[in-house]
Amino acid sequence: MTTTPIIEARNLVMRFGGVVAVNDVSLSVADGELRCLIGPNGAGKSTFFKCLTGQLTPTSGEVLFDGKPITGLKSHEIARLRVGIKTQVPNLFNGLTARENVWLAARRNHVDRAAGKLAEAVMERFGVAALAKRVVGELAHGQRQLVELACVLAGEPRLILLDEPAAGMTDEEVERITTVIREINRTTALVVVEHDMQFIRQIARTVTVFHQGAVLVEDHVDAVLSNPMVRDVYLGKKAA
Amino acid sequence: MERLMENDALRGRLLVALTALIGVGVMFWAAATLEFFQIFQLTEFLILAILAISLAFIWGHGGILCFGQAAFFGLGGYAYALLALNDFDTGGALFLGVAIAGGFAALLGYFMFYGRLSDVYMGVVTLSVTLIFQKLMNSTAGSAYTVGKARLGGFNGIPSVPTLSSPAEPAMPLMPEQLYFVAFGALILVYLLLGLMTHSSFGRAAAAVRENETRAELIGYDVRRIKLVTFAIGGAVAGLAGALMASQRAFIDPNAFGLVLSAQALIWVIVGGLGTLVGPILGCIALQYLSLWLSEGQFRVMGAALDNNLVLGVILMTMVLAVPKGLAPTIRDGVLWLWRRARPSSDAPSAPAAAGERA
Repeated sequence: MTTTPIIEARNLVMRFGGVVAVNDVSLSVADGELRCLIGPNGAGKSTFFKCLTGQLTPTSGEVLFDGKPITGLKSHEIARLRVGIKTQVPNLFNGLTARENVWLAARRNHVDRAAGKLAEAVMERFGVAALAKRVVGELAHGQRQLVELACVLAGEPRLILLDEPAAGMTDEEVERITTVIREINRTTALVVVEHDMQFIRQIARTVTVFHQGAVLVEDHVDAVLSNPMVRDVYLGKKAA
Repeated sequence: MERLMENDALRGRLLVALTALIGVGVMFWAAATLEFFQIFQLTEFLILAILAISLAFIWGHGGILCFGQAAFFGLGGYAYALLALNDFDTGGALFLGVAIAGGFAALLGYFMFYGRLSDVYMGVVTLSVTLIFQKLMNSTAGSAYTVGKARLGGFNGIPSVPTLSSPAEPAMPLMPEQLYFVAFGALILVYLLLGLMTHSSFGRAAAAVRENETRAELIGYDVRRIKLVTFAIGGAVAGLAGALMASQRAFIDPNAFGLVLSAQALIWVIVGGLGTLVGPILGCIALQYLSLWLSEGQFRVMGAALDNNLVLGVILMTMVLAVPKGLAPTIRDGVLWLWRRARPSSDAPSAPAAAGERA
């Protein structure tokens, strides 16, 4: 294990006109770590995420992947460095089958035959092999989330960024995704944005709390959840 | 499952090759049965079908809505006419016509895709570009507007465009029957190349971009480059149609850039079936024959000949409302349905799985 963080943000700022969505955020995630980002709506989590993935170019500051600067690279270039991204809204090729979806992701790093094998293995792993021939647009929300995760994994990423993976899922599906995330984390570093505290409690070790575009607290999950400042932010109480 | 994936691609390629082979059969059959003037007419329709398949590739497969496919058609045609009139070898002129149309499509595509234009604006831009070409060529009527030995001729167009000749005998223009084989051969070849391409890795990536640009980008596909390549190939194919048409008619005028032609291409694709390559070819040829029949004026309603555009309009509306998938996919689904009905016992259990699969 190297000591270089797998991903690091240095003094990241993202401004939209007069609004500062991300305000001087520095954050560092070690290789193999599972980090959760939490914070109320509008805290800047998703914007911060988009700065990491190249969907937005930060106003100032720097992003480093495995020690190398990636600020200003385009999404597909960052993806090719083996960064897997799952957006908040399920984002798949709706007109294609589940198999084609996963295959397309695997095909980036492999020739046709190997990509097929990899796609099969990943779909088995997520229990969606039975859906292989179904057109993704016809699947239920939770199934689509799983297919999308399979898609992300098929790119064999070194780091995975998940934006609200449990959003809109049934309890059963959340349980399944919790297991899946834990399993993925055995081999891959993850950064997960979530709202659901129950879910956070189950998967997280270190938690970073966003508030008004800046990092409010960063600590072990138990410490964060019992932190009065964090409670105030979530419950909207004024800090005493 | 990886075998299935490979089989899908293999099956797709085989289907394309088989269709091309059927095309070759039709080519010889039609040559043997049709009268001379019918061959002559069909040649023009085949060339228009090449325009149809170019839009089918860009729009149906690549998901790029282009309202100005005639721009590339006209460019190819004018390039061929001007080069051939300046004593260029006709084969070379044809090749350069294709290259110029493709090159221009690449340039236009670069600004549209790298400028991140949304679909609606892309439609407006492509439409404007073709109208600008038409206006521009219309205003070149004076004797000052010449390219080498050739006068541009404004709205009168360029007459006496040299006909394609065989590379072996450059001085001998091809006979109409030979041009028929050239046009049909070109159509089959273009279909074969584009068809194989849709089943290649690039073709699958292009389909992915059509379905969801964001996801394609997030798994590492360079969306803008893929769209640019698709668009440039479509432009080059449209240029081929334009150049062949200039040779076939021995004439080209600014209507080659016209809105009418661009709109017709869209109609062929919609009627034939968006997302297929064979459909728009059939749609184009069928509608051309229909137009021809109507224009002969034998079909009358209350003593008056029907207006061609009126009938085409009604057909388009009927197709969009009643057969939204277009001819080819509907016929295919129909055949598959009959096939399953014919052997219900063996296929019944797997019916739901088969329904989700698209040919």
